[in-house]
Amino acid sequence: MAVNDYIRQRFFPHLWCSGCGHGIVLNGLIRSVEKLGMSRNEMVMVSGIGCSSRISGYMDFHTLHTIHGRALAFATGVKLSKPELNVIVPMGDGDALSIGGNHFIHAARRNIDITAIVMNNRIYGMTGGQYSPLSGPGVMATTAPYSNIDQGFDVVEMAKAAGATFVARTTAYHVQQMADIIRAAILHEGFSVVEVMSQCPTYFGRKNKQGGAVEMMKRMKESTTPIGSKAKAEHPELIERGIFVQTDKPEYCSEYDRIIERAMGGV
Amino acid sequence: MTRQIKFIQGNEACVEGALYAGLDFFAGYPITPSTEIAEHLSRRLPQQGGKFIQMEDEIASMCAIIGASLTGKKVLTATSGPGFSLKQEALGYAVMAEIPCVIVNVQRGGPSTGVPTHVSQGDVMQARWGTHGDHSIVALTASNHQDVFAMTVEAFNIAETYRTPVILLFDEVVGHMRERLEIPEKGEIPLVERLRTAVQGGVDYHPYLPREDGRLPMSDFGDVHRYNVTGLVHDMWGFPSDNPKIVHGLLRHLVDKIENNASQMAHYKTFYLEDAETVLLSFGSAARSALHVVEHLRPRGEKIGLLELQTLWPFPADVVQQYCNSARTTVVVEMNMGQVCQMVKTTVRHPERVFLANRIDGVFITDADIRNVLRLIEGKGV
Repeated sequence: MAVNDYIRQRFFPHLWCSGCGHGIVLNGLIRSVEKLGMSRNEMVMVSGIGCSSRISGYMDFHTLHTIHGRALAFATGVKLSKPELNVIVPMGDGDALSIGGNHFIHAARRNIDITAIVMNNRIYGMTGGQYSPLSGPGVMATTAPYSNIDQGFDVVEMAKAAGATFVARTTAYHVQQMADIIRAAILHEGFSVVEVMSQCPTYFGRKNKQGGAVEMMKRMKESTTPIGSKAKAEHPELIERGIFVQTDKPEYCSEYDRIIERAMGGV
Repeated sequence: MTRQIKFIQGNEACVEGALYAGLDFFAGYPITPSTEIAEHLSRRLPQQGGKFIQMEDEIASMCAIIGASLTGKKVLTATSGPGFSLKQEALGYAVMAEIPCVIVNVQRGGPSTGVPTHVSQGDVMQARWGTHGDHSIVALTASNHQDVFAMTVEAFNIAETYRTPVILLFDEVVGHMRERLEIPEKGEIPLVERLRTAVQGGVDYHPYLPREDGRLPMSDFGDVHRYNVTGLVHDMWGFPSDNPKIVHGLLRHLVDKIENNASQMAHYKTFYLEDAETVLLSFGSAARSALHVVEHLRPRGEKIGLLELQTLWPFPADVVQQYCNSARTTVVVEMNMGQVCQMVKTTVRHPERVFLANRIDGVFITDADIRNVLRLIEGKGV
């Protein structure tokens, strides 16, 4: 199938600002699904609220655009009730880890076979540029006019600690790597987390004097490095990207099938 | 086959009703006094291939059943006051996206943590208006286990017929009390199954376009029709719209599909109402004490009867008017500060003839409590 067959063309142009990284994530996602050759009828995309969540409307899958922070909880209901479906959950940083933080850690703990994509632009874009739990100290935002004093989460460390069995990070600049990682995440049986660092030139870039999309993407290129690279040893402040965790653990829906067997057998 | 007879809690009667109705999926979170529903379903559902999940919180439970309903399953969650509050946003989502699902609230005393192990009927208005925005809602209740069973089955039938969430507003006394339940044989109570679209793959399917009879055929996630489900105001394909005509039309549709069918959903019971001058109006466990009063006073020649509401929302105004308009006195018996009483007052011809007999101290209202109010109304003192 052609890439265009995976999108709902009548809804384009999309609503994201020019220069937004989320369109690149959409691109990477489509390319990974296309390479996998999966049928659209077996794909479900569940999203929450925010700029990121609008990605579901553009994909020609079964799409469930839910409420703020709860996408993973809805997705758990979809997946457990019909495990043969492939469930992808794109979320923003605030959506996934502020209002949705509880669902994030518990979905990871259960190791239910869902692919979570955290589109991390470190800001609440839809509401106009407030600081998020991923902004980190020193960041300027409309609700941090004197600079932010909140410490930030590290999505990767958080996902690892919560028990996710596939954890990766990439950026909107590294779109080839992004497509490869998302493909591996979808194929992984268990809870997968892919953090995609994405740029918001409209709010984060403007408030923090980081320039436009090009400058912000250049910054992503320069501030990141492959996991375990020599550069990381020399410059510990660099952010690593790649696959951090890829392990096999019992998957929730498969385990529940065993519960059914046990219950039916009366053991 | 003979009917199965059980001596069980009301919460178990609800479980039996849900399974009879064809429950496939339950998501919940422990909370007194509804926990037994989750406990029993964790054992019973997998025995028949269904799924049970204890979610991380009340909100997640409500969200999970909505997700599961979209794959074509009959779904349930159960909670009590604080959990019911937490579910309200997702409940509104189910209203907006027209997702069939059933939510049990075994009421306890509130507000806040309140009196977790004691009875109350204080969530009548929360059931009606707990989620934000204009909308309509369906809420059913019951006073005994046979009716808990029947109303649970009816809740699933209404949810499927009207593509709507349905609330079962039970209370701690009914939930925890043990009494006899006779489980009807298969087929004795008709079941409404999911109405699925007959539209073939490749042909435009409109998930939000009602048929002539008002019903909206669904398509399961995983089937040939890929459509969008959203809490935003949406068009007939399910895609967001802020076109004023669509906004207005959708809101009217969501309200009308419930309110215009209120008479079909109006369930109630009448006791000795033919010549009643004093009408007791009650629901849930409070109706048991009200019936006790009626059966005590009838042999003494008093023209008193009971109207027991089983449908609280949409409010059965026609039924209330029919039995209360000509009554000399209507006494609403409930364990709250008059939530149904206010509705009755705004419904009947003579609101000044409507009185409240209530208890709000977590103690079950007794026949003596109600008779005291009757004596006060008649000027006899207590």
